[in-house]
Amino acid sequence: MNRALSLLRRRLLTSLPVFLIVIVGSFLLLEAAPGDAVDAYLVSVGGDAGLAAQLRHEWGLDRSAWARFLTFATALVHGDLGWSVAFARPIRDVILERLPNTLLLMGAATALSFGLGSLLGIVAGARPGSICDRVLSVASLAIYAVPGFWLGLVLIVVFSIELRWLPLGGIETIASSRSGLDRGLDIARHLVLPVAALGFIYLALYLRVMRAGMAEVWRMDFVLALRARGLPQSRIVIAHVARNALLPLVTLLGLQSASMLGGSVVIESVFAVPGIGRLAHEAVAARDVPLLLGIILSSAILVIVVNFLVDIVYAALDPRVGASEERA
Amino acid sequence: MTRRLFSTPEGIAGTAILALLALAALAAPMLFPRDPLSIAGPSLLPPFHDPAHILGTDRLGRDVLAGLFHGARVSLAVGIAAAAAALFVGAVVGTIAGFAGGFVDEALMRVAEAFQIVPGFLLTLAFVSIAGPSLPVVVAAIALGAWTGPARVARAEVLSIRERDHVAASRVVGMHPLEIALREVMPNALPPVMALSSVIVAGAVLTEAALSFLGLGDPNRVTWGAMIAEGRAVLRSAPYLSIIPGIALVVAVVGVYLFGEGVVEASASRRRYQ
Amino acid sequence: MNLLAVSGLSVTYAGSAAPALADVDLSLTEGERLAIIGESGSGKTTLARAVAGLLPPAARMAGAIRWRGREARAHPGRDIGYVFQDPSASLDPVVGIARQIAEVVRTHVGLGWPAAMARAVELLDRVRLPDAGATVHAWPHQLSGGQKQRVAIAAAIAARPALLVADEATSALDTIVQAEIVSLIRRIVDEERMALLFITHDIALAAQLAQRIVVLKGGRMIEAGPAAKVIGAPVDPYTRTLIAASTDVASLVDDRIAREDAR
Repeated sequence: MNRALSLLRRRLLTSLPVFLIVIVGSFLLLEAAPGDAVDAYLVSVGGDAGLAAQLRHEWGLDRSAWARFLTFATALVHGDLGWSVAFARPIRDVILERLPNTLLLMGAATALSFGLGSLLGIVAGARPGSICDRVLSVASLAIYAVPGFWLGLVLIVVFSIELRWLPLGGIETIASSRSGLDRGLDIARHLVLPVAALGFIYLALYLRVMRAGMAEVWRMDFVLALRARGLPQSRIVIAHVARNALLPLVTLLGLQSASMLGGSVVIESVFAVPGIGRLAHEAVAARDVPLLLGIILSSAILVIVVNFLVDIVYAALDPRVGASEERA
Repeated sequence: MTRRLFSTPEGIAGTAILALLALAALAAPMLFPRDPLSIAGPSLLPPFHDPAHILGTDRLGRDVLAGLFHGARVSLAVGIAAAAAALFVGAVVGTIAGFAGGFVDEALMRVAEAFQIVPGFLLTLAFVSIAGPSLPVVVAAIALGAWTGPARVARAEVLSIRERDHVAASRVVGMHPLEIALREVMPNALPPVMALSSVIVAGAVLTEAALSFLGLGDPNRVTWGAMIAEGRAVLRSAPYLSIIPGIALVVAVVGVYLFGEGVVEASASRRRYQ
Repeated sequence: MNLLAVSGLSVTYAGSAAPALADVDLSLTEGERLAIIGESGSGKTTLARAVAGLLPPAARMAGAIRWRGREARAHPGRDIGYVFQDPSASLDPVVGIARQIAEVVRTHVGLGWPAAMARAVELLDRVRLPDAGATVHAWPHQLSGGQKQRVAIAAAIAARPALLVADEATSALDTIVQAEIVSLIRRIVDEERMALLFITHDIALAAQLAQRIVVLKGGRMIEAGPAAKVIGAPVDPYTRTLIAASTDVASLVDDRIAREDAR
């Protein structure tokens, strides 16, 4: 438990300056965008130039860039991301409403790609150079080249239009007043295709990294020692080689969370899943820059949180983490 | 080197695919001199029915094959330009960080981390939506989301190179640090950075396709992503309109990957026999 | 009956023209201690690995290795325990030490996990790992080189093999630890009545531990015989150079002759 706390402290210490840079970057983009928060607000509620000037003064938007940045940052610290002109609501509320769907989609896609990817990676890496290895390597290369949004469309054509097995899109059947398990199953049915479309690319990635990692572990000296102890091949592969090769895969899990959030933009747009990815597309379409930046900032926080969780899992898997501090 | 590239199946296949794509891109204005965005015939002609439009036409009667050829130009140009920009910026930033060390290194790496915790595609979206969709903006936006990988590799490489003899010698001779960094250190740090190029080109091609799929590409050019998006409206009746450009995209990206793997294996085998 | 009989053994590694081992004959009886001496490149590790069945699959092998008089190979781990030179390289860095010993017990003795873990604790105690009870939960990185080598020895003897191969098992350690590990190996071999194949470049160490000595050079056997004879009256000039190069052998020889006389 102490180890988790010290990891949390370290992650916070390194993440704070990084997050500050993200805030500064967002502010610069916001400044570069045409129009300001008052324009945005007035578009949705209406008002004349006099009201605009008054609001600008009240919101501190007529002051220096530095003062405007402080206002922006202070609001952020209080959880205020600003006003969305496209939805005529506070940005935070819009994002929080959409976030669970994206988390569900990403969680399921991660579970699918990590689980199946590492499993196939073990199969391929159990005997590097074998036929099985070559086939899986080439297949994963091909899968890795498939754009998620196009895969999504192909899946829709096959499973929704031709076979009519699965719904075309959305997160659940509208106005069906289902509840409990029934509703859960309905959501699951809606998620099958988007999860597959989002997860497939990462499946190929995890497969390749697992395979490469195992090839590297096979070359390590302790493998010979395990052979000398007469352990069965299956035990060497699973309990030792795969176990060691899993570590870089877990690190990758954290790094890929940002990329997957980016990928969810197109996937959620293709399948009309009301998550923050689709929200980002809607924000772009409505030229709602503050909303888009709010999504970026929330994504950054989400990525930091995911990386912290990955830290904990990694520390649980690798006894060497934090060892130097323990001794010091 | 070239002969070794052709000794691996990956190298042969990758080079062949890329050569065909380059050829298609170069020949597009000759083979299909008409504007690919103009109406060429009846609308929604299915593929392999009319010899004048082998792959059929879309909702507005635009020729699909012409679109594919002209789309190859944008895909390749944007992919290569964005990757080159990302590699260049990454190599320079990584070299400076690794060579300067101390506060400069710390600051640059924190900035790189900031770029890494923000989903690259969201950043690209934001940049394009603020600066407006045009080819240079799209290239810059994609590079913005892809330079951190090369920067990290370059930095790690520079850290190991900066202590070597010839660098120390230049220091003794009194060369300006920046000159040492860019003339002595960076060229030696480049090979591992360049090894990333196939992954980055492939990523750039896919990002460009995703951008134009979402309607954020240059509206005056035909792109594969935009063709897929266009076909989406008639997915039920004419799925081929979305499927065909997607296949072109997959083939192009596979070609880039295979070529990259071939180069890696060729240079690995050269090292082995040295 | 011989425990192990090697006859006409030659080994050539893939991609190399010269054999690493050429026409080696060797035998070992139950409980016997044999030292193989040679400099690096002499083929001594190749010999040890061939005996334990640990050569890479691409290596070409000629000749015969008989285990207990049969053509059948010894089973690594169950019949032969193997201790490597680098203690850090013989343990999986992310698996607890007790578990790495227990899995050997489980594989060859057929116990379930709880019983195998209990046996692992006993074994850790037998190799005198300080405070074995507390170190049961230790990870490899928490141990010193000497402690790791003790764990490696525990794993090697976990299935009570008839032969223990120690391949330069002490040369990566500093002098004091080296002496401790040598006496540990001697004690274990005595108590368990195991045969020992002790591979070393250190002729003094060999003289201390082995009953018989074989000298290898360039993959060939150039001298073999009882330890006292090889050390006291070497036939081959190369053996003489080896002895001359070793600083503390002279005193050892006197010591040993005195002991033999006393018997």
